Amino acid sequence: MPLAPPITDIEQLKTHPALAHLLDWNTSAVQEIKFDRDELTIYVDRPHIREACALLRDNPDFPFNFLSDVTCVDWYPSEPRFEVVYHLLSLPKKERVRLKVRLDGSSPVVESITSVWPGANYGEREVFDLFGIRFTGHPYLRRILMPEDWEGNPLRKDYPVEGYR
Amino acid sequence: MAHLTPTPVIEPGQDKTMILNMGPQHPSTHGVLRVILEIDGENIVRIMPDIGFLHTGIEKTCEAKFYQQVVPLTDRIDYLCPLTNNLCYALAVEKLLGLEIPPKAQWLRVLLNELTRINSHLVWLGTHALDIGAMTVFLYCFREREDILRMFEMISGQRMMTSYFRIGGVALEPPLGFFDFVRGFADRFPSRVDEYENLLTGNPIWGMRTKGVARITADDALALGATGPTLRGSGVDIDLRRDMPYTGYENFQFKVPLGQQGDVFDRYLCRVQELRESIGIVKQALDGMPEGPIKADAPKVVLPDREKMKTQMEALIYHFKIVTEGFSVPAGEVYQAVESPRGEMGYYVVSDGTAKPYRVHMRSACLANLQTLPTMCEGRLIADVVAAIGSIDIVLGEIDR
Repeated sequence: MPLAPPITDIEQLKTHPALAHLLDWNTSAVQEIKFDRDELTIYVDRPHIREACALLRDNPDFPFNFLSDVTCVDWYPSEPRFEVVYHLLSLPKKERVRLKVRLDGSSPVVESITSVWPGANYGEREVFDLFGIRFTGHPYLRRILMPEDWEGNPLRKDYPVEGYR
Repeated sequence: MAHLTPTPVIEPGQDKTMILNMGPQHPSTHGVLRVILEIDGENIVRIMPDIGFLHTGIEKTCEAKFYQQVVPLTDRIDYLCPLTNNLCYALAVEKLLGLEIPPKAQWLRVLLNELTRINSHLVWLGTHALDIGAMTVFLYCFREREDILRMFEMISGQRMMTSYFRIGGVALEPPLGFFDFVRGFADRFPSRVDEYENLLTGNPIWGMRTKGVARITADDALALGATGPTLRGSGVDIDLRRDMPYTGYENFQFKVPLGQQGDVFDRYLCRVQELRESIGIVKQALDGMPEGPIKADAPKVVLPDREKMKTQMEALIYHFKIVTEGFSVPAGEVYQAVESPRGEMGYYVVSDGTAKPYRVHMRSACLANLQTLPTMCEGRLIADVVAAIGSIDIVLGEIDR
């Protein structure tokens, strides 16, 4: 089963419910898209992520009403360095979509989506703990897995696998 | 470990509450969960789970291993359902590679996945009942669990850390007598579930400790990201095996048990019904087990048979290359979710085209489910916390990773 090349053309995919709904709302919020291995990824502009999540959740025709996961990927040393990744699931329609926000290494700050899904709480704390990304508006942004006095963020790519000696 | 000194806001003049520390060595916290309770007498004002004591940096370790070397790490995340984790990781990498898995491997995967679910639910039922004070159930459950561990030992040589599902199929052909052993177990197991239910379901003490306790509404559970029986106990009809089938689950018939009240008792009933449904799937898998290869036809990814290595030069070369330099995976990213005994277990694997994963993230069902604990317990009694933690069915290895 050979892999099909990813589709990155917005015109080809704009009938997808999640993308169509976002484009109807604000075309400038969608930076880029990718459809690869049957999974749709939408790169959302940083200031709009919370509203985009709320919009997708509240869409009456096609609600992405469940947040599966919040995580992050570090593309060190290229910039923008971080990609915060949100996996959304539509329970009525059984469909997934992936939202991404790109962040610079110099100011890794993004708005928290805990006001949209309270369940993002632990996920965002984990990303804060392991990647050092700050979420504005998070109710309790403290380290969750590592000790409180730990130095550095272990999942960053410039953090050695065996730790600092 | 995250917040060793919680500073709850206590208004002046109302300082009648106290802070109580439960765990990390408390027997009912199933591992090393620490729960910080702010209590007013026996009533809970606030409750805050504190995790991270088992954090071993598995996600970071994965980035330094070849794809096939990650498989044994996935066992160690959730040590009660290792095969579910193997499956989820293998499916994610197979999706990245675009591999097609032969039917026999798929059916073996379903069969063992369901046995794992039974195994995990038996440990849950035994310890949950033990927490609440019913000792006998624990001994009954571990009697059946021993049979399942014996099956795992038969197929993989390991009782717990099986690593049986590999990228591209399964590790070995099941040994002679394996299917007969499983069939014997499947025939006798429903009557054993009757025994557990006999001890608990109609038991008035069990009812008093569980009915109406630690209730959570469907909306709250959804907003907090709960999945699995924790969510289905509140009446939300979602099961990834049925709704977004993977590894051939669309060929199996089973019901998805639902609760209504969202209390400890309904979550208990859901899981006990799942035991019965799972054994039904096991029987279907045994009846319809197809013949054929157990590994995908992809010599650059799947290790060759021992026999071929002794007779064919090419097989030996492939073996050497896979073991020493791994296999490269086309760049891309994949999120694969499976229905683990605890809920949605998801693997997010990012590849940059090399032989090592660029990033592996595990979506832990327990981590999200644990967030429901404050909603379940605030305003209730301390004794209910034990019942609530048991009913969420947490595994700290999976939460902390």
